[in-house]
Amino acid sequence: MNNNDIVLRVEDVHKSFGDNEVLRGVSFDVRRGETKVFIGPSGTGKSTLLRCINQLTPPDRGRVWLDGEEVTNSGARINYFRQKIGMVFQNFFLFDHLTALKNVELALLRVRGMGRAEAHEKALTELRQVGIEDWADHYPAELSGGQAQRVSIARALAMDPDVILFDEPTSALDPELTREVLEVMKRLAQQGMTMLVVTHEMGFACSVANEILFMEHGLVAEQGSPDLLLHDPRFTRMKDFIGRIDSRMED
Amino acid sequence: MDVLLILIDWFPYLLSGVAATLGLVLSGLVLGLLLGLPMALGQVYGSRPVRWVVGVYVWFFRGLPILVLLFLFWFGIFPGLGLGNLSAFVVGAVVLGLRGAAYQSQIFRGAIQSVGEGQMIAARSLGMSRLTAIRSVILPQAMRIALPGWSNEYPNILTDSAVCYAIGVVELLTITSRIVTQTHITMPIYFAAAGIFIILNYGGLKVLHRLEKRIAIPGFGTGAM
Repeated sequence: MNNNDIVLRVEDVHKSFGDNEVLRGVSFDVRRGETKVFIGPSGTGKSTLLRCINQLTPPDRGRVWLDGEEVTNSGARINYFRQKIGMVFQNFFLFDHLTALKNVELALLRVRGMGRAEAHEKALTELRQVGIEDWADHYPAELSGGQAQRVSIARALAMDPDVILFDEPTSALDPELTREVLEVMKRLAQQGMTMLVVTHEMGFACSVANEILFMEHGLVAEQGSPDLLLHDPRFTRMKDFIGRIDSRMED
Repeated sequence: MDVLLILIDWFPYLLSGVAATLGLVLSGLVLGLLLGLPMALGQVYGSRPVRWVVGVYVWFFRGLPILVLLFLFWFGIFPGLGLGNLSAFVVGAVVLGLRGAAYQSQIFRGAIQSVGEGQMIAARSLGMSRLTAIRSVILPQAMRIALPGWSNEYPNILTDSAVCYAIGVVELLTITSRIVTQTHITMPIYFAAAGIFIILNYGGLKVLHRLEKRIAIPGFGTGAM
């Protein structure tokens, strides 16, 4: 496999909500198997950026390409691209009326048109992958936040996506549950899944990210390897931001 | 005990009205469901004109007394449409259904809107079309949320069905008054009819309640957290 193969290209994405310009021209390339982590203060457009990629929030300007095909302005084909771009949400958004297993099965049956037996097998495999097959027959309300988030990761994985977008996947979880979800994500990264992760978990960012994009005011302010952004004296803004978080936590 | 003997004598005839009453109720409920659900979807997901049409429909059918609606359709609208030879039963069932649809649409609209927006977002993010998401994710949840409120429609339409007496549908109340005329016994006969209405009401609600339990999902829509 060619490791420099660019799977996702984001080109000059702009998005405003009314007078509020949330994204002011964001561009980057994602190589296959890469993990990019987006860090930055709240309200700087990180989550909006992820939603612009799979067109849940269509950007006002700019383009998104997946594997050389344009995702923006793709009309009804967007449903095809969304299969290939998985998404994991802060609040899980599991289907509340379905068991963990059926949550993973549903899109296999209804979108990919798999047969029942095959979908069942595949869903079980994905649940096993995130270590939650014992809870397959439980409903979302019966799962802890960490378990629910792992099911939602399995649900995204089941579509065999080219890339998965994680929108603050652990922000609704306590530290213990956060750890179990980050473990799963770390393992995915090691297995070569391409991931874009919006998070405030600096430990995860530094140990897993190939590249950190520090965002401020709708723009990528600093971009580079964790080592570079943390230790190179030319980069100051992310360090300032981390310093502000740390001092707030010490208060 | 003359009265009791007379009552026993006439009771089978009284029961024959039950079939027509239940026929009115069931066809009214089903027609209301078949029209009300798409109307609710139109009101939530439809374009402006669609929402407007549904809005006007609901405003019209909820705004008029049931008796006025029955007379309008029986004497005016159906004959005007060249459907003057429809039986009173059919007209009664259709009016109950059209009116029920207005109420049911608002029950379903509320239920659909109370499904968290994250459910649609998650479904779309997996590549489901809007239609598939509505069918596979939104409606299964909305229907469960709607059922307790929807169950109200049964006693509503059951009691409303008696008004079809006014256009000559031979249902429970019509038969009751015929027996009263024949026997000159009033209150015991009406009590017997009232008893039958109460029993029908109880039985139907029992079935709906059982359905509610049967489709319940742990931790979903119970309000018990």
